[in-house]
Amino acid sequence: MAERILSGSEVVLQALADQGVEVVFGYPGGAVLPLYDEIFKQNRIRHVLVRHEQAAVHAAEGYARSTGKVGVVLVTSGPGATNAVTGLTDALMDSIPVVCLTGQVPTHLIGNDAFQEADTTGITRPCTKHNYLVKNPDKLARTMHEAFHVASSGRPGPVVIDLPKDILVGKAPYLEPAQVQHRTYNPVVKGDRAQIEEAMEMLASAKKPILYCGGGVINSGTQACKLLTEFTRMTGAPITLTLMGLGAYPASDNQYLGMVGMHGTYESNMSMHDCDVMVAIGARFDDRVTGNLDFFAPNSQKIQIDIDQSSINKNVPVDIGIVGDVGHVLEDMIKIWKAKQYKIEASALDGWWKEIEGWRSKRCLSYKQPKDVIKPQHVIRSIHAATRDRKTYITTDVGQHQMWAAQHFGFEHPYEWMTSGGLGTMGYGMPAALGVQVAHPDATVVCFTGDASIMMNIQECATMTQYRLPIKTVILNNRYMGMVRQWQQLLHGSRYSESYSETLPDFVKLSEAFGFTGLTCNNPADLDDAIKQMLEIDGPVILDVAVDDKENCYPMIPSGKPHNEMLLGQETKGDEAIDSDEGMVLV
Amino acid sequence: MKETEISKHTISVLVDNESGVLARVIGLFSGRGYNIESLTVAEVDARAHQSRITVVTSGTPMVIEQIKAQLSRLVPIHKVSDLTLAGPSVERELALVKVIAAGEKRVESLRIADIFKARAVDATNDSFVYEIIGSPEKIDAFIKLMEPLGLSEISRTGVAAISRGTLTM
Ligand SMILES: Cc1ncc(C[n+]2csc(CCOP(=O)(O)OP(=O)(O)O)c2C)c(N)n1
Ligand SMILES: [Mg+2]
Repeated sequence: MAERILSGSEVVLQALADQGVEVVFGYPGGAVLPLYDEIFKQNRIRHVLVRHEQAAVHAAEGYARSTGKVGVVLVTSGPGATNAVTGLTDALMDSIPVVCLTGQVPTHLIGNDAFQEADTTGITRPCTKHNYLVKNPDKLARTMHEAFHVASSGRPGPVVIDLPKDILVGKAPYLEPAQVQHRTYNPVVKGDRAQIEEAMEMLASAKKPILYCGGGVINSGTQACKLLTEFTRMTGAPITLTLMGLGAYPASDNQYLGMVGMHGTYESNMSMHDCDVMVAIGARFDDRVTGNLDFFAPNSQKIQIDIDQSSINKNVPVDIGIVGDVGHVLEDMIKIWKAKQYKIEASALDGWWKEIEGWRSKRCLSYKQPKDVIKPQHVIRSIHAATRDRKTYITTDVGQHQMWAAQHFGFEHPYEWMTSGGLGTMGYGMPAALGVQVAHPDATVVCFTGDASIMMNIQECATMTQYRLPIKTVILNNRYMGMVRQWQQLLHGSRYSESYSETLPDFVKLSEAFGFTGLTCNNPADLDDAIKQMLEIDGPVILDVAVDDKENCYPMIPSGKPHNEMLLGQETKGDEAIDSDEGMVLV
Repeated sequence: MKETEISKHTISVLVDNESGVLARVIGLFSGRGYNIESLTVAEVDARAHQSRITVVTSGTPMVIEQIKAQLSRLVPIHKVSDLTLAGPSVERELALVKVIAAGEKRVESLRIADIFKARAVDATNDSFVYEIIGSPEKIDAFIKLMEPLGLSEISRTGVAAISRGTLTM
């Protein structure tokens, strides 16, 4: 095929178009002006101008997580690239496919401390799945296509392409995606058949099985989630999801035990602790899930399915580790389960479910909504109720509000829940919502945030206004860095060092200053009306809800404790000091 | 082997010889807190632009498995092989050892060098530079013996390793 010679910038835009990219989240600067010029001249690819490069990456994450596609970012050299680092790290931790194009000074200036030069590939090496510095125009097109392949295949993640300005301005040959074959990076998707057979035999012999599933199921796709549901129903086993896995299995289903982990449900964590066979699917035994490893599921045999070999046997040794794409492996699991006519012994399973119902009957998430002050959980539940018949996407920031959202908003489908799990990045919520709303213009997008988190990317209000993105931002305003305050209360003798939100802006005036509506609510009786009003407004809204500032997030497994030593707020009347120096050391 | 027992492993890694690949490998080890006892790297296939990295590391069986899995998922890495597990292998290292001494000590150093089949590659009236090739243990032993004899400087290459017999990476 004859080579087409274009400018470097044209190659980049052509490659984006050929990769099916519809939108780029970015922010211009000197080093990327040739690319912005090219963007100006075409109309296939839409550019969304954020107000900070960190937000560009979070927006791309929101876009990616809510569509299953790759999110694309474009930032300038130096400060543009360094500002993107938090977002890239976030995407790496949560396995979100992102391609981030960074400008770079011209190749002959690299290493000279030129204006706005940063060692971008050096800085981003540990926070990307892979990165490239393109020094040779002949490699530009190949690198672009390869980056999409790497970002989206295997365990997804962020990929940076550093583009020196002379490469963008100079000539470069264009190659179609089909002309590029990757030499080394071709992850295994099919699981080992014999291992899967062995695993099914193990599960079939279980008396107290549990399926523990994470974000990997969602990364594997909607089909994988369907297969998971099918498999779960076939086996009759209880299922729990991680924070990143919410939506992979319908929350309303009776086999679903709720979220697992530090703020998971009592029934989930007790079942994890007491199970005899655990099947981990696309979940990585994060410390927020396992609690104290020495006491983690002590009497269980474990099966783990993950596309990333390095996730297997990392924190928790497993009996059978299957490397493969969750969707593919589930397909085989279902086939084998059917072919062998496996069935978990009914009397054992009944007994197990009886035990689980006992834990369930604690109703560990229950709360009382008094007349005088709004409980944060109640806000989440009320919005869930009010949006039930709409296509709704939820993003969150980080803190108590995030955990309450995870606990109380029932997710029925994948792709509808966007949160910063692995990194726990305050400031994720609003920009992620931008990306989601751009991808789903007609859907309802709600960002649950806190009074502290919202301030971390508040500048994105301008982006919402500019693109008329009708995002509903709900502040669970407890005037505290609530999660910090909770830990200080429980672990540091209630010394609330620097965790009070001393000066908060007037969020109504702030919204108006940015050109949209701000609402407040502080009376439980007015909450439903406020929500209704928020949802009816055709445009962005910030709803500032004054919630109980003393409310703590329960249940909770304190750091360093095993699953069966959860604190149940109601039972302990909450708020007991945790007597443990160990807990103080852990995060 | 016991789960908590720490053992030494020699791992060979075949990589694309592109800029940054060594930084990726080293960054992986430092970022995740793994040990590097020795590390060597050089291009082994100029046409395919491939280099071979040999890392000597230590850890529990679970950590060693992690190291290999983490290395394998780096994009420019073609192959990871644990020579310690793969079967018998040959390990060689080269060292240059400078000894500054006079009189009987000088003569004694020559005698020991002879026993170790080390060659003097540089000599002055007051000094020798010995070149010694062998297993790391042999080089350690040589250095230890040179210590009282005026040992003044050492340069070691780190380990190059390859499996014995017909087995290849
Ligand atoms: C960028 C960043 N800095 C600091 C933290 C530590 N941190 C975790 S939760 C939290 C408080 C969040 O407060 P707020 O947004 O008001 O949420 P709340 O817990 O009150 O619901 C802080 C400071 C973090 N997660 N991210
Ligand atoms: Mg708060």
